[in-house]
Amino acid sequence: MTTLSTAANAQPDTGAPTPGEAAEAPLRGMWRQGLIVFCENRLALVGLGLFVLLAGFCFLGPLFYHTDQVHTDLTQVHLAPGEQGHPLGTDGVGYDQLGRMMLGGQTSIVVGLAAGLLATALGTIWGAVAGFVGGWVDAAMMRVVDAMMSIPSLFLFMLLAAIVTPSVPMLILIIGAFAWLGPARLVRGEALTLRSREYVQAMRAMGGTGARAVRRHIVPNAIGTVIVNATFQVADAILYVAYLSFLGLGVPPPAANWGGMLSDGLADAYSGHWWLLYPPGIAIILIVLACNFIGDGLRDAFEVRLRRR
Amino acid sequence: MTASNELTRLGPAPDQSGTQPLLELRDLDTDIALRRGTVHALDGVDLQVMPGETLGVVGESGSGKTMTALSIMGLLPPGGRVTGGEIRFEGRDLRSLPADEVRRIRGVRMGMVFQDPLTSLNPTMRIGFQVAEPLRVHQGVGKAEARERAIEILRRVGMPRPERIVDNYPHELSGGMRQRVAIAMALVCSPRLLIADEPTTALDVTTQRQILELIDDLKDEFGMAVILVTHDLGVIAGRADRVAVMYAGRVVETAATGELFRSPRHRYTEALMEALPESAIRDDGAHARLYSIPGLPPDLSQPLTGCRFAPRCRYVTAECRTTEVTLSTGPHQHACLHPVPATAPAPLARTAPAAPSADAGGTPPAADDRTAPASAAEPVAASAAKAVAAEPTAAEPAVAPAAGSAVAEPAAAPILSVRGLVKNYPAGGGLWRRSAGQVSAVAGVSFEVRPGETFGLVGESGCGKSTIGRLVVGLETPTAGQIVLDGTDIATLRGRERRRMHRQVQLMFQDSYAAMNPRMRVDAILAEPLEIQQVGNAAARRARIATLLDQVGLSRRALERYPHEFSGGQLQRIGLARSLALQPRLIVGDEPVSALDVSIQAQVLNLMRDLQQELGLAYVFISHDLSVVDYMADRIGVMYLGKLVEVGPAREVVRAARHPYTQALIDAVPTVTPNAEAARSGIAIRGELPSALNPPTGCRFRTRCPFAQEICETEPPLTGGVHQVACHFPLRPESTASTAGSADGVPAVNAVPSAEAAR
Repeated sequence: MTTLSTAANAQPDTGAPTPGEAAEAPLRGMWRQGLIVFCENRLALVGLGLFVLLAGFCFLGPLFYHTDQVHTDLTQVHLAPGEQGHPLGTDGVGYDQLGRMMLGGQTSIVVGLAAGLLATALGTIWGAVAGFVGGWVDAAMMRVVDAMMSIPSLFLFMLLAAIVTPSVPMLILIIGAFAWLGPARLVRGEALTLRSREYVQAMRAMGGTGARAVRRHIVPNAIGTVIVNATFQVADAILYVAYLSFLGLGVPPPAANWGGMLSDGLADAYSGHWWLLYPPGIAIILIVLACNFIGDGLRDAFEVRLRRR
Repeated sequence: MTASNELTRLGPAPDQSGTQPLLELRDLDTDIALRRGTVHALDGVDLQVMPGETLGVVGESGSGKTMTALSIMGLLPPGGRVTGGEIRFEGRDLRSLPADEVRRIRGVRMGMVFQDPLTSLNPTMRIGFQVAEPLRVHQGVGKAEARERAIEILRRVGMPRPERIVDNYPHELSGGMRQRVAIAMALVCSPRLLIADEPTTALDVTTQRQILELIDDLKDEFGMAVILVTHDLGVIAGRADRVAVMYAGRVVETAATGELFRSPRHRYTEALMEALPESAIRDDGAHARLYSIPGLPPDLSQPLTGCRFAPRCRYVTAECRTTEVTLSTGPHQHACLHPVPATAPAPLARTAPAAPSADAGGTPPAADDRTAPASAAEPVAASAAKAVAAEPTAAEPAVAPAAGSAVAEPAAAPILSVRGLVKNYPAGGGLWRRSAGQVSAVAGVSFEVRPGETFGLVGESGCGKSTIGRLVVGLETPTAGQIVLDGTDIATLRGRERRRMHRQVQLMFQDSYAAMNPRMRVDAILAEPLEIQQVGNAAARRARIATLLDQVGLSRRALERYPHEFSGGQLQRIGLARSLALQPRLIVGDEPVSALDVSIQAQVLNLMRDLQQELGLAYVFISHDLSVVDYMADRIGVMYLGKLVEVGPAREVVRAARHPYTQALIDAVPTVTPNAEAARSGIAIRGELPSALNPPTGCRFRTRCPFAQEICETEPPLTGGVHQVACHFPLRPESTASTAGSADGVPAVNAVPSAEAAR
């Protein structure tokens, strides 16, 4: 609730300076034009503001709001919001819920970003190689993707969790190892179509080489799709962290993350401890929404045809 | 409307004088709301369609012709809305009737055929089900009866084996067959009005002819009215009773077809006809310069005053820009303040003498309306016609000096020499799938192109003409044969040499937008060939780019823009500028004007000719459009299913074709001469193009050739001197002294019976 209202307040702050800046700057350059289009998308600005706000809350919040998130305090369990100086109450082992939201958010955002980027990088390379080289290499590489996709992820997560001890780097690796399949297919398709585009053929008819095709034509045209997809991957990875924690495969206490907190809160759902359930749930929804809005805005920003002069 | 009935040429003339119009549009306005602004697509359109009549609606892209059709059918795109006026169908205004009633009227009493038969059919539904769907929706017909009715209607649209076709899926049919299915769908409820929106634009000319004939026949059979929407004046001329010319969301002229084509009144109609390539080819075969309408159509999202054609008009006065012009009254209506005088000779006044000669006692198809009146003039010019491309000597040298230079030194070494070119593609196949065989795209093609000459390559889709273009510029490697460019076989070139080869020959694409990286500005696009070939330094490249822009007539401001900010004609200019950047000696144009409107096409064709003259370029001009090739080319090669069936000087190939396929192609091209008899005479080829996967042995055309004999199972060689043909029974011998001898039809008449006698 708090985050939502602050986000609404913050929106004019992030929105206002950018159009002003755009108006005085000369309308040149690929990036600046893209920025203008991005700023025209209101939802994208809301998303960006929301993301900045949530990240600020998680990473800067603890500097101003000090809590002990290491030692349990069984004298102060299940305090309602506002009681004994805990604005959001405490959980079942006496941790301050507001401080725990900050700590949990750090894990969620770090793992989400890192795993999302890892998956995008892995998938892009795999898909690009398959798409460019084509032929049997493509067929073989894509069958690997198909095979991996056919394994239920839940089963593999549980298997992996039984083998390795969950930690933040481990979570990133595990999620990254699953999430790259989507981008791989996407980028392969993109590479296949871009390779046969007429402007690539036109360049070849001028005597250009494959390296130039990749550098000047294929990468600039594929990068938009890849970046847009990366934002969705980040959102997905944050959800994956939540799933994993929900299944009890998250980071072990005293570390926390929003998914794990949600899972714990659900156990108390019938005890009336709503402050353990709603804040992590809403935070997950907001950050995923923010990532998706940013992705939409980036898609517009990379679309040259939407640019005006 | 009595005037239109007097001029109706088709046999069963609808006798509806005095009856009310079937459909009447009164002051119709349609707006389309887009992300940025509202486009006023139609502004006060008045049209009438009488029962049993064919109304041709013609206009360039953006003129509102399709929006008119869609407004009538209530199929406007998202954001589109009829904002004013009436759509009166059988006396009732569709806009004031309840929605249910309107839906029923549109579903049952009207039928529509769309441009692309592939996207207008559902790929997951069987043909029979789709055809009968309107019956089941509107008449509640049962499954078994629906199937029967589907078979019946498919039979009536000339579908072979309809009882088998009903169970097929759309992908199993060819384009022409799919369009027949779409027509059957439109007709299944026996509508009173059929709206055909560019029904043949996606089809080859020979198929187009079949479909247009079918619509004509069905119109009489069902006694319905037809609105034929098209950009092609030729299609209208041969088929419509009355024509409405649209420009920028308004009807600017309507008249009976014959009247309109004989003496257009509106200056736009006049200009449009003068911009047609066939109108620039004189009877003696010489080429006049095309009239090109300057500028672009207006932006319909802006408020406009006065005549909308005024900014592009030759006869514009101050009054035109300020006064709103309404359609005049009478049988020939026009909205022009300074119309063409009614008595003015039409730019295409060849109709009168041509009609009788075409009818005269089985005159062979070659005696088409162009050659007949020309016969007197031709022998004079023809005496010099032995040398290749000699005919332009009779023309003004200024127009075709390139060809003139070819005459001056006939021994000039060819810039391009293609010898026995073969290209096969593996069909299907993959990692674990067996290849299904080979597609024979090009099968042993040889021709030469001399410096400064234009070699036209004509054929229907799938004949391999584009493949030849791609092989010549080095985008593909031939399976066999040689491509000798300036004395060097390009297959032998490697590395640096091969890269330098690309300086000699450049490709020009049909769709320049697709051929330009949307993320690159025009300056980067034009600099790219120079960068690749490492020509000059940055400053030199900038200077070169500026020169190029001047050559193609674009302003320097274009440099900072992206491709999507240009119109089709401008993009084609940029594409041409890019092809010229390396100062090549040969440009391969793959359908370079096929995507353009007539007036813009004229601009680009003129530009290409001017640059050829200025720079001494040679062109390989690939097109499916015979009239464009006829206008551009010095020599023409006709392709059928991967083989060159006829090569010769342009004028001889077009006016005295020797191969039956060439003749069929010529006869299928709709001309702007409004003569229904001519539109139906001549060699009409039936059936479908055979698969290139398993082409017929011997002469590949024999499966569809009206003169085919047993001997045609052996392959005919390409024989002859200047005008070669690959046929066992050429329509006429190669003309020697008298090139135009065939115009009177005698040799051809002899040739045909001899072919029959051999049976």
